[in-house]
Amino acid sequence: MTDLADLSIVEAGRQLRSGDVTAVDLWEAAATRIAYTEPHLHAFLTVDREGALATAKVVDAAFRAGEDAGPLQGIPIALKDNMCTKGLATTASSRMLEGWVPPYDGTAVANLRNAGAVLVGKTNLDEFAMGSSTENSAFGTSRNPWDVDRVPGGSSGGSAGSVAVGSSMGAFGSDTGGSIRQPAALCGVVGMKPTYGLVSRYGLIAFASSLDQIGPFARSVEDAALLLEGVAGHDIHDATSYRGEYPTLTDGLEKGVKGLRVGIVKELMVDAIDSEIRAATRAMADKLSDAGADVVEVSLPSSEYALSAYYLIAPAECSANLARLDGVRYGNRVPADTTDEMMAKTRAAGFGPEVTRRILLGTYALSAGYYDAFYGQAQRVRTLVRQDFATAYEQTDVLISPTTPTTAFEIGAKTDDPIAMYYSDVCTIPSNLAGDPSISVPVGVDTRGLPIGFQIMAPALGESMLFRVAAEVERLAEFSARPSLAVSKETV
Amino acid sequence: MPEWEAVIGIETHVELQTNSKMFCGCAVAFGEAPNTNTCPVCLALPGAIPVPNEEAIEGIVKIGTALDSTINKDSLFYRKNYFYPDLPKNYQISQYTFPVCEFGKLEIVVDGEPFVVGITRVHMEEDTGKSRHVGEDGRIHDASHSLLDFNRSGVPLVEIVTEPDIRTAEQARAYGAELQRIVRTLGVSDARLEEGSMRFDANVSVRRGPDAEFGTRTETKNVNSLRSLQRAITFEIDRQTRVLEEGGEIIQETRHWNEDKGVTISMRIKEESEDYRYFQEPDMLPLEIDEAWQQRVKAEQPELPAQKRARYVGLGTDAHTAELLADDPALGGLFDQAVQAGANAKQAGIWITQEVVAYLRREEKSLVETALSAAHVAELSEMVSAGDLSSTASKDVLNAVLAGDGTPREIAEAKDLIQISDSGFLEAEVDAVIADNTDAFEKLAGGDMKMIGFFVGQVMKRTGGKADPRLVSEMVRNKAQG
Ligand SMILES: [Zn+2]
Repeated sequence: MTDLADLSIVEAGRQLRSGDVTAVDLWEAAATRIAYTEPHLHAFLTVDREGALATAKVVDAAFRAGEDAGPLQGIPIALKDNMCTKGLATTASSRMLEGWVPPYDGTAVANLRNAGAVLVGKTNLDEFAMGSSTENSAFGTSRNPWDVDRVPGGSSGGSAGSVAVGSSMGAFGSDTGGSIRQPAALCGVVGMKPTYGLVSRYGLIAFASSLDQIGPFARSVEDAALLLEGVAGHDIHDATSYRGEYPTLTDGLEKGVKGLRVGIVKELMVDAIDSEIRAATRAMADKLSDAGADVVEVSLPSSEYALSAYYLIAPAECSANLARLDGVRYGNRVPADTTDEMMAKTRAAGFGPEVTRRILLGTYALSAGYYDAFYGQAQRVRTLVRQDFATAYEQTDVLISPTTPTTAFEIGAKTDDPIAMYYSDVCTIPSNLAGDPSISVPVGVDTRGLPIGFQIMAPALGESMLFRVAAEVERLAEFSARPSLAVSKETV
Repeated sequence: MPEWEAVIGIETHVELQTNSKMFCGCAVAFGEAPNTNTCPVCLALPGAIPVPNEEAIEGIVKIGTALDSTINKDSLFYRKNYFYPDLPKNYQISQYTFPVCEFGKLEIVVDGEPFVVGITRVHMEEDTGKSRHVGEDGRIHDASHSLLDFNRSGVPLVEIVTEPDIRTAEQARAYGAELQRIVRTLGVSDARLEEGSMRFDANVSVRRGPDAEFGTRTETKNVNSLRSLQRAITFEIDRQTRVLEEGGEIIQETRHWNEDKGVTISMRIKEESEDYRYFQEPDMLPLEIDEAWQQRVKAEQPELPAQKRARYVGLGTDAHTAELLADDPALGGLFDQAVQAGANAKQAGIWITQEVVAYLRREEKSLVETALSAAHVAELSEMVSAGDLSSTASKDVLNAVLAGDGTPREIAEAKDLIQISDSGFLEAEVDAVIADNTDAFEKLAGGDMKMIGFFVGQVMKRTGGKADPRLVSEMVRNKAQG
């Protein structure tokens, strides 16, 4: 019999409605999984046992009363700890906000509460979402459930790991340059970044406002689509929130890829990408072709500058976004004789080295005399990246590539080499710069048994098409491996 | 050598009195307990992001339109980065390139001379919170701690920047006064200098005559009345001229106007030019103000002060009365309604700006607190024109109306002030007086026109002061010239 923690959201929803299981049962299964995986995984910074149980009970009463708020009602869901939760500590994995309890819910969180989701806790991340491994968390590195000596990826590594081991049935993260898709790939789960503006950023602790987007982690493409449906929608509290008609997400999942034009991105299939990953990507492209898709090679010529542009734009925005963390109104404070000194000491003590590096980089890139050469130039590259995508989509419906250049790497392997770490996001960054949706689906494991992610990209608001192709990739991949942590219950 | 000439530019900040703040739903209200009108956005809590307030955008478009500006169809918000405890995000959302309004102008009149001040730009930004330093004597250096109130944080602020077109302190004051009138007329702000809802910064430099290059300028802040704007600029012009005359040099700096001492004082800010690292606000899309919106604001624009003054003069008031009426919406409104109801404009203007204003001042009341209506003014005006009331008596009647004693006619009748202008009756009275004073009448008939007063006086005495003196005087004159 399947452990309840391993059910898909779709199946759990069926059983909740048939009365075979209760929300309390699902929460207890997740709690049990948390209890035996967390000592090895450290996916969570906070587990809200009381809150989750209370919600589960309320939800069960609602089910009994015939009230149904939709597919997420009663589903145990984890949240990255940069999403503000009223009454529940939200730290962004920073000393700066250690112990800070938001007085408000972000819009995505409020939407999940209204949908009856059981919010199990807050997951670990690289400090302020800056990193690709969770090694920049002030509260310890999360582990990869497939090999606890390796990183889960980042910055949303805790959410990815939690879904992979079943300590939540779905999770949310934020993706600024790949922070959902990269850890999803490294942990062998589905991770999706929606079109910029589809999910409100209100209450998401900002890293880079023009790039940040909340998105789901799940163990299936359909679950990911349901999770996204639960949070997407126009929000009056976010001026960049999309105002038009929202794409439908689940009704194309069975349509297959026959007749679709699929472009494999030439620049993301180069030698710098691990050969096993390239082979897996090529193999999946061939399967799509066999399934009736018209697979062609396309070029995104400016993508080779995308990484550099990203590492100017994102730090520039973060240098201002993080300025509010000054010890004046909330968070930790280092006392000093003058206000200026207090702010300086608070920030020096509160931010870790990577955050400090990016604030300095961004401040420099915006400085008088340097603005045009750095920030201005990066914005021009961003425009070129958008144009490249537009050109590519004239002849294709979706683009495909590897999600990451390597599978999960060992803890500490890249901590002394920021540039090598930054390269982890080389395949995912272009979609952020373009504001387009993108998804990573696990398609296999490498010779070390580590999962390989396959990335699908679509034009803005092309979520229907994106999920449709992702569902076909999922079927073709027949990926059924599970991380050792999730299946070692009996042995622990 | 040519005479010294001042070059002056004014930056004005106007707080808009919108229902909610610039980027959040908090109320714009003053005098409330500290930090009561705050929320995650205006306290800059982690995760909170701004949403622009359409009412504030409408307000700045109104100001820009009244200042004859080009309204940019797409305008951009920027982040202006600097650390200060009363600035919760440690950046201010402001504008840089593509402000809402550019290339405007404002015509002012000084000593009857019209003068055009160019408006460089009108842009939208947000106000900061307020710091209060608590310590021995309230001075920042000795303060043991500071208290912060974020009620004002995020209040919509419009900045209006002039070209360096102004040449005298009087022009600067006239510009400030006219701008204040316009903002009030538009109803977007109460523009109270003493309370800080309107603030001026004066950029002043001097040079040797109109053909010389601009000199080094200083920026004077803390000017919180129109009078101190003029005084501060006068002081600064004199100071700079003296420094240069003595072979000294002007330092580009920010100076602080000390109202009590009547001097500007260097704020001794280190003069490395501040780098605000402006960049486009990524939390917001470009602001679109389409043609339809611009046209609607233009169509709905109320009559501006200059237009109103011109109209009043056209109706027959003198320039000074027109200015007084145009400056006070309540008095101007009463005047307009009274004229519409048939009052003589010149007469009504004088009553309102003299008798009514004196009454309100004496009684410490506002117009709405009195019983006076436009219909009363019109009635009073008709009574005077018809000769029913002398203009001397009309002032008494007006004061009684203001006090709530009744309508002008009721009061005039009750006080027995109605003039006798029945010519048959008056002619009989005149004849009777002439018959009693034949000697005096002969003098008058002989050309001694001073005697008219005597006869009028006699008739007034016989009628208990109720005869219309103009009519009587005319009759006596006619009879003398026989
Ligand atoms: Zn607020």
